[in-house]
Amino acid sequence: MTTLTQIHSKITWINKKPVQEVLRYLAIFLVAFILFGIILWLAGKNPIEAIYDTLVYTLGTPGGFSEVIVKMIPLLFTAIAVALPSRVGLINVGAEGQLYIGALTAASAALALPDLPAWALLPLMAGAGLLGGALWAFIPVWLRARGLVNETISTLLMNYIAPAIVSFFVYGPLRATGVASAPQTPDFSLSARLPAFFGTRIHLGLIIGLLILGIYWYVMKYTRWGLEMRAVGGNPQSARRNGIPISLYLILAMCIGGAIAGLAGMSEISGIHARLRPNFSPGFGYTGFLINWLAFGDPLGILLMSFIIAIITSGGDILQLSQGLPYAVLNILLAITLYVVLAKPSFFERKKA
Amino acid sequence: MPLPPGLVETKIDPLFALRGITKRFGAVIANDHSDLDIFRGEIHALLGENGAGKSTLMKILYGFYRMDEGEILYQGKPVQIRTPQNALELQIGMVFQNLNLIPAMTVAENITLFLRDLPAVYQPRQVSERIREFSRQYGLEVNPDALVSQLSIGEQQKVEIIKLLLSNARLLILDEPTRVLAPHEAESLFQVLDRLRHSNYSIILITHKLKDVLRCADRITVLRAGKVVSSILGSEATQEKLISMMFDKEVTTRVIRQGQASLAVEKPLLQLVKVSTQGEGAAASLVGIDLEIYPGEIVGIAGVSGNGQKELGDVVLGMEHIIQGRKLLFGRDYTRKSIGQTRKDGVSFIPENPLSMATVPFMTVLENMVLTNTRRYARAGGLKVDWQAVQQDMQKALGRFGFSFSPYTLAKSLSGGNLQRLIIARELAHDPKLIIASYLTSGLDVQSATIARQALLNARDEGAGVLLISEDLDELFTLSDRLIVLFDGRIAGEFNPAETDTYTVGHLMTGS
Repeated sequence: MTTLTQIHSKITWINKKPVQEVLRYLAIFLVAFILFGIILWLAGKNPIEAIYDTLVYTLGTPGGFSEVIVKMIPLLFTAIAVALPSRVGLINVGAEGQLYIGALTAASAALALPDLPAWALLPLMAGAGLLGGALWAFIPVWLRARGLVNETISTLLMNYIAPAIVSFFVYGPLRATGVASAPQTPDFSLSARLPAFFGTRIHLGLIIGLLILGIYWYVMKYTRWGLEMRAVGGNPQSARRNGIPISLYLILAMCIGGAIAGLAGMSEISGIHARLRPNFSPGFGYTGFLINWLAFGDPLGILLMSFIIAIITSGGDILQLSQGLPYAVLNILLAITLYVVLAKPSFFERKKA
Repeated sequence: MPLPPGLVETKIDPLFALRGITKRFGAVIANDHSDLDIFRGEIHALLGENGAGKSTLMKILYGFYRMDEGEILYQGKPVQIRTPQNALELQIGMVFQNLNLIPAMTVAENITLFLRDLPAVYQPRQVSERIREFSRQYGLEVNPDALVSQLSIGEQQKVEIIKLLLSNARLLILDEPTRVLAPHEAESLFQVLDRLRHSNYSIILITHKLKDVLRCADRITVLRAGKVVSSILGSEATQEKLISMMFDKEVTTRVIRQGQASLAVEKPLLQLVKVSTQGEGAAASLVGIDLEIYPGEIVGIAGVSGNGQKELGDVVLGMEHIIQGRKLLFGRDYTRKSIGQTRKDGVSFIPENPLSMATVPFMTVLENMVLTNTRRYARAGGLKVDWQAVQQDMQKALGRFGFSFSPYTLAKSLSGGNLQRLIIARELAHDPKLIIASYLTSGLDVQSATIARQALLNARDEGAGVLLISEDLDELFTLSDRLIVLFDGRIAGEFNPAETDTYTVGHLMTGS
């Protein structure tokens, strides 16, 4: 993981042109898809057909496209939840857990005050989600700031606790009465649901996610705090000697990251499920982690990567149907993509030396 | 290149001859058609200011860099040195500025790691025996079973040298070996080098310290801006001659110091009252330090590294936790105040290693200039940073010293000397009240060092207090109004530099 941070700190998207960036991501995916195609071909499938099917299903039909956007929303949040702490040198593997706890606190608010009007209940749920995620992130980062426990390990391990807590409440105190078969909370009231657009499942979470991404970009690029955070991530010792309060930044960055992951949980249960179920996340936190390291914390990259990863995961279903491929081949594609990205910076370094 | 007559007669073939070596880094020419002869049994000093190309030339010989043009002759025959392994096969060894030992392993283990002719199952005792043998022969006393983490820098350097001797190197390249050594350690190093020379080893000493060169070099080659100026015999060299060779124009190494500090009239800027700290691991602990610094005085701290000087500077800044005692700054209690607050109230800090301790390598020069005081340039409550103001202030700060840097280069691409210049300019930019300067002139050439020292004196004349930590006794004696010697975390003595000498201070530094 140290190598990841080292590579990460070398990429300074702050001073790069957007056009270069877009081309870079497209090139990465071209290479990844070619390698993926070779694997499909070795497995006796027709790679061109498989990739064509994927693209037509996801981008060529309105229904497919809107599902891609729906899948992209939580990934936007969780990627930023990983990106922000990574700016100060923290590796937040815990977005998954923070998302679960945020969903739990948001659901509690929705169930406790179902009769509030939407304009009051939705912000309340959002606040509860933010708070839940932040608290879950605070535990590991506080231990880290005290110099006690490495946050990579503790955030990862806490991912196993959070879904269990959610399950405890969903099977126990929050369980809907009368529905014996499915363990889940009662349905939320209508005012606890994020509005959706265009008759699809695309909900307000998209706008909120894009807004947070924009704020993240602005703070990092233009503000004093962004500058100081980059200093903490770039060289903690210098930052400390220069009088920057690094413990404070560590705690703030991680807690705000956790809060954003918590908001992802809120937006999922409010915008999609309208109730809380155990294990409702298919690993959004981990995928967000992957996206951030693919994008090296670059906001534009996070946007593009979330979109592309959403296409790939949606494509998994169609590949299963049309090519008879197991869903797990998608993991191969994701892994190849990660390798292509990680291989690149060191490749350029060698050229320079 | 004309050879001194004595050498031509006695040692006709050079062991190594570098011919027309050229090395470019992008647009920068580090070495421009440089020629150099290295003979058996000589101490050959490569002298030049920062960026003159000394280290680059030697790293080419050691196979660390590839040259763009030129050739290397070994005993008259051209050879290719592509990697340090090639260099070792030709019996070339190099000790770098930053020593590369593994602290958690013993001396013997560290040396064993470096030996290439070792069988798969080796006899640790034999290696230790060989280490002892070389130690005795050349006066490099080290205990092979000691952990490297317990050794002083001087001892670690000896380990590096033994390592090279055991791997059969006959040409030893030492890059700024005395930079981190106390005077008596440096002297013992020179004695070792003398003995090695008598056993027909060749030694290249990269340095910009004239004193070292005059002390031990048989031959001196001066480099300036990537070119070899000329070589002279050590016996013919004088300080003035070398300086005029190193610099185009006449430089003055003299600094102007006006009057004595006016104590007692004013309140102290800094008061440490019985301050103790707890050092972690190999770090030193301070014990019951009482220290006051008044406006307009420079207090010099002398000591061999590892006796608490670094910790003393860190205590004043607030990096080091005070377990006992009190720290007062400007008459107020700062024992538990943050570094940010301390800096904001007028304390500046120039650390010994600017790259790791003062800058963020992957940020631009301009961004690095803001880091100590981002609030000053923040606009709209922090939503914006006024980069124009930063740039103006930076030009002003650098202009005071006659330095100039492109604001948009990354800090990591600056050389060590340039980084030090940048940090000195930054830390003195906003008229600090108290300046902590740790190894102020390390890595600086004579000219820049003089500028830096003068800047410190000017700040003092304008009423700032200075805590000057250094191992360069000459520097301490020239600059300090008061001199304090640290030994083993305690104040071992306090002097007026005019009334004492290096001998007394040196004794206290070593605890004898």
